[in-house]
Amino acid sequence: MKKLFLALVLLAGTLCTRAQKFYTKNGNISFNSKTNIENIAASSNQVTAIIVPATGDIQFSVLVNTFHFEKALMEEHFNETYMESSKYPKASFKGKIDDISKVNFTKDGAYAVTVTGDMTMHNVTKKTTTPGTVTIKAGKISATAQFIVKLADYKIDVPKVVRNNISETVTIKVACSFDQKM
Amino acid sequence: MHIQKILFLTAVLFSFGCRAAAQDTTGTDLLADLEKETAGKEAEATKYATATFKTTRLISGHSSENVAKGVMDVKIAHRFGTLNKGGYELFGLDNATMRMGIDYGITKYLMVGIGRSTYQKTYDAFFKIKLLRQSTGRRNMPISLSYVPTIALKTLKDANPEQNNYFTSRLYYTHQLIIARKFSDNLSLQLMPTFVHRNLVALASEPNDILAIGIGGRQKLTRRLSLNAEYYYLLPGSKLNGTTNSLSIGFDIETGGHVFQLHFTNSQGMNERTFISETTGKWEKGDILFGFNISRVFTIGKNR
Repeated sequence: MKKLFLALVLLAGTLCTRAQKFYTKNGNISFNSKTNIENIAASSNQVTAIIVPATGDIQFSVLVNTFHFEKALMEEHFNETYMESSKYPKASFKGKIDDISKVNFTKDGAYAVTVTGDMTMHNVTKKTTTPGTVTIKAGKISATAQFIVKLADYKIDVPKVVRNNISETVTIKVACSFDQKM
Repeated sequence: MHIQKILFLTAVLFSFGCRAAAQDTTGTDLLADLEKETAGKEAEATKYATATFKTTRLISGHSSENVAKGVMDVKIAHRFGTLNKGGYELFGLDNATMRMGIDYGITKYLMVGIGRSTYQKTYDAFFKIKLLRQSTGRRNMPISLSYVPTIALKTLKDANPEQNNYFTSRLYYTHQLIIARKFSDNLSLQLMPTFVHRNLVALASEPNDILAIGIGGRQKLTRRLSLNAEYYYLLPGSKLNGTTNSLSIGFDIETGGHVFQLHFTNSQGMNERTFISETTGKWEKGDILFGFNISRVFTIGKNR
């Protein structure tokens, strides 16, 4: 009788941990614009990201002014003239892992998934689908993705004089380890 | 124990444990929940005002900006002749004085600069030290404060070579405080109390020390264009004969690594001591000079 009770309690416990949320506040997002003349790269280690294994919900948010560049002037221009970070301080992605059932959260491995959701930056929201990878290692969840964004899609206009220095498309890389529980 | 009791207890456990989960999946803004959950647990960040001005000079004088650490800023400035010279001198464009200079950021808070002006063949050198930075958040500071000490050496041949001329007679010192505030994305203003000392003056009746208060600012017109103005008021009793207050109005145009500053001014000089204490042109008489500064930055060291 006691065993039955314990088993039921454990079952209740496991069912409910599946609905747990995992998050991080120091995920990484980096991007790269490559032209024949100049490479422009920046990265932020202050990405907030949250994942709900039970539902496949996944969301990211980053303050635009936390991106650091090698050249100080690039950073100033990025904030001042391109992203207008004082007006639009955050960039975010809110979506779902479409094929969350593929991921076995109890078994180590790298699972290829597809993520669909709304990406918002520079006050423009666009529906985006991108392939990504969810990695489980010793119970820890991490996620990576790489995708390409067209600057024009987010109304980030590049003046003619620097059009040769800044690529029309930017490659964005996301890497987050969801090391905190909620 | 009765089996009903156990089942009841487990049912309670299920309903408690899983109700939260059911709510979670329906809430779409997980980030906002997270924000609420962790609010107050982390120290509030300090937000510093950045890009108060586009470059380290407002027009002729300094702005509150420094070049970043490891960045070299090559500055070339021209002032043409006065507009009232008329068409024969193409409104002053036939004459030009210039200053070539290099600024360099040693740290985030300290920059140095050297320059050479054709006007009286003057060399100048300065430090610009950031003492306070405008910020909100954990640290709240309404203004930025910088200190700019400058030394200038006039190398023009002595007017009276037969008299005993000292090397020190060629030296000029300027001390300037820059109190700046970025009021909004578009509007920044600054005050510049300034002290100029010259070792030699032309007449015994003229003061060696000059006190002036500068006021200046910028209003952005577009993301890459701003309207700037700069005015230096000489305090009563600290004026050289025949000099007047310096007033300049201009535009900053920014393109990638360059900043072009185009302006109209009644001052010919481009170092502190000349435009603050030796301006002779009068706006109302048309002694207005067209001029420009070009700034080009090169990143030499690593940022941070």
